[in-house]
Amino acid sequence: MRGHLILRVVSKILIPFLLMFALYVQFHGDFGPGGGFQAGVIVAAAFVLYALIFGLRAMQKIISPALLEIAVPLGVLIYAGVGVYTWILGGNFLDYNMLDSHDPSHGQHLGVLLVEAGVLLTVSSTMLLIFYTFAGRGR
Amino acid sequence: MEGLNELAFVLGGVNHWITVFLIMAGLYIIVSRSNMIKKLVGLSIFQTSVYLLYVSPGKIIGGTAPIISDDFTVYSNPLPHVLILTAIVVGVATLALGLALVIRINEAYGSIEEDDVYSGEDWN
Amino acid sequence: MLDQLPAIIIAVPLIAAAVCALIRNETVCWLIALVVAFASFVGSATMLGQVQKYGEDISYKLGGWAPPVGIEYKVDLLAGYVLVLVSLIATAVLIYGRQSVKLEIKKNLHGWYYTMYLLCMCGLLGIVITGDAFNAFVFMEISSLSMYTLIALGKDRRAVAAAYQYLIMGTIGATMYIIGVGLLFTITGTLNMADLAMRLVPLLDTPAAISGMAFIIVGLSLKIALFPLHLWLPNAYAFAPSAVTSFLAATATKVSIYLLMRYLYTVFGFGFSIERTPIPEVIMVLSLLAIFAGSFTALFQENIKRMLAYSSVAQIGYITLGIALANATGLTGSLVHIFNHAVMKGALFMLVGGIAMQVGTVRLSDMAGAGKAMPLTMFGFVLGGFSMIGVPGTVGFVSKWYLAMGALENGWWWIVALLMLSSLLVLVYMGRVIEVAFFRERPVDAIPLKEAPKSMIVTAWVFLLACVYLGFDTSFTVGVAEQAVNVLLGGVQ
Repeated sequence: MRGHLILRVVSKILIPFLLMFALYVQFHGDFGPGGGFQAGVIVAAAFVLYALIFGLRAMQKIISPALLEIAVPLGVLIYAGVGVYTWILGGNFLDYNMLDSHDPSHGQHLGVLLVEAGVLLTVSSTMLLIFYTFAGRGR
Repeated sequence: MEGLNELAFVLGGVNHWITVFLIMAGLYIIVSRSNMIKKLVGLSIFQTSVYLLYVSPGKIIGGTAPIISDDFTVYSNPLPHVLILTAIVVGVATLALGLALVIRINEAYGSIEEDDVYSGEDWN
Repeated sequence: MLDQLPAIIIAVPLIAAAVCALIRNETVCWLIALVVAFASFVGSATMLGQVQKYGEDISYKLGGWAPPVGIEYKVDLLAGYVLVLVSLIATAVLIYGRQSVKLEIKKNLHGWYYTMYLLCMCGLLGIVITGDAFNAFVFMEISSLSMYTLIALGKDRRAVAAAYQYLIMGTIGATMYIIGVGLLFTITGTLNMADLAMRLVPLLDTPAAISGMAFIIVGLSLKIALFPLHLWLPNAYAFAPSAVTSFLAATATKVSIYLLMRYLYTVFGFGFSIERTPIPEVIMVLSLLAIFAGSFTALFQENIKRMLAYSSVAQIGYITLGIALANATGLTGSLVHIFNHAVMKGALFMLVGGIAMQVGTVRLSDMAGAGKAMPLTMFGFVLGGFSMIGVPGTVGFVSKWYLAMGALENGWWWIVALLMLSSLLVLVYMGRVIEVAFFRERPVDAIPLKEAPKSMIVTAWVFLLACVYLGFDTSFTVGVAEQAVNVLLGGVQ
């Protein structure tokens, strides 16, 4: 895609906004439709767009497959880690009320925020990893 | 009047008719096609029917997104959407795994036609 | 700590799976998996003991949300029984399978193997423990997706094709299940199984409830591999790595049967699903067909793993036959057979794994003279065969006895005759293997054989001895099964 000047310029403009929108969807999950799954897919879409325009190799220089293979289980661990932390605080698994000793509803906010961060990490890296695996084969 | 009742029956359950159509179309593709990718397409259509089945009764006409506010009294049921979000993720994972398997089948057998893959002495 | 057990046995395998994916060192992953699986077993056994002791179900509110809004984990006698079975098999297969995994799976994939194995175990335990219909679907897909991956890890190219076949059929089954749950959800507005059962009572005769039930039963039958929906099973069993086959054969179908029983007895209730619908008749015909078609097909298999797979189709027929008998004795028989079949089929597949390792193939003709070179393996095979036939003093006899008694209670003596006839078929196909192994000379130019590694033989023999022990001392299997049946039928009889 070396010659396609328009595509390259447009995608360079678009990608920051895509990532921004992903963060909006991620954090707006507290007050409206949104959350880690959707945001993760949008993040992955931004990276896939980059890979489509500038090539898989350029993309893998930024985020290597090995890094993604660490990120996928790490997201799961963040999620489960919140659950374990609520255990330590003496509640049930993933009982967010425990996370804030003063106001349970703050605990709920914090818990969802952390869990969704884990979801974002896992979903975006899984999506990207699937793309790498399929795109990198058969050359 | 009788004709009108039937019309109401057909139109009132239009979401269910589409669901049924998707179920049947998906299953038909899975059964009738020998190409493994096409089978996966059929499988995805089949799963899509579930999304519609769950989400459509959750919509309440005039209802808003279920964020509690003083301005609204009618909310859509959020539960089906959350469930289907999970089902979609499961569907994506299944599709990705299915495609990955098809790629490996293609590398091993040089074909993605079931008739070629599941025949021969290999399978006895 | 004790009241957190239901969440622990699900969450810890999940966390361990993620840790294994990070580490990917074969030894460390194996150790982690072993410790976690054993801990799950201890946890399950403790919970079963508690339920037995206090006589009330353990209920756990996930995330602190009270049911029916939140997801409830629920352990009653039946669930505890199946949990113990799954975690026990998972632990044993880990001890058994290390050597064969090293041999049959590419080196760089060992870490992923244990990741998938733990995920699969987490999913299977989750299906059993959850009291939420949709959550059961999620766990079903977790276990299935990891199972497809485990099967595809085999070096044989047919393993991948078999995994694909299983993926298509398994996904159709799971989707059908979730369509059924969706229909029930639409009319009741709840997903908690206990709540569903309560709200369904006035709605049972509506078309939505009946079609929902039909979807759920057909979907689960696909997962169970109830004849004629068993087509994915032989290839998946035959070409998966040996350790995976042992695990799959002993747990996956059993857990689906558990879920089917949950729906038939807990959600829809005995009074509706068994007494007022033609379900028992349909299951009866299909079970008998499964028993005979499965055994007949097994007679003509060259590949022993495939032979045992078809025999599994037949054995699943015995388990569902107990449901069709529609009385307490028959249901006890099928619950006992869930455990017994898992133990004996697990042992047989373990032995076949050893044979595959030493002989290099699992073709019957290549096994000539194996009896002399691998006496422990082949005598184990004979013992396992006895158990499959149902010789008195083995577990196979116990479950068939209860099934026969259940049939006689209904006055169906012809079922007893058919059971005897089917045992004869088992004798023939197990006999073929024994004949080739013991009474044929090994060709001179064939590779010399020796016993499989100790870890494999010992685990298989522990299971075989359990077959004999549980054949004499039935207090665990029959005891728990009878209590569970009492709860399931809820004093109907």
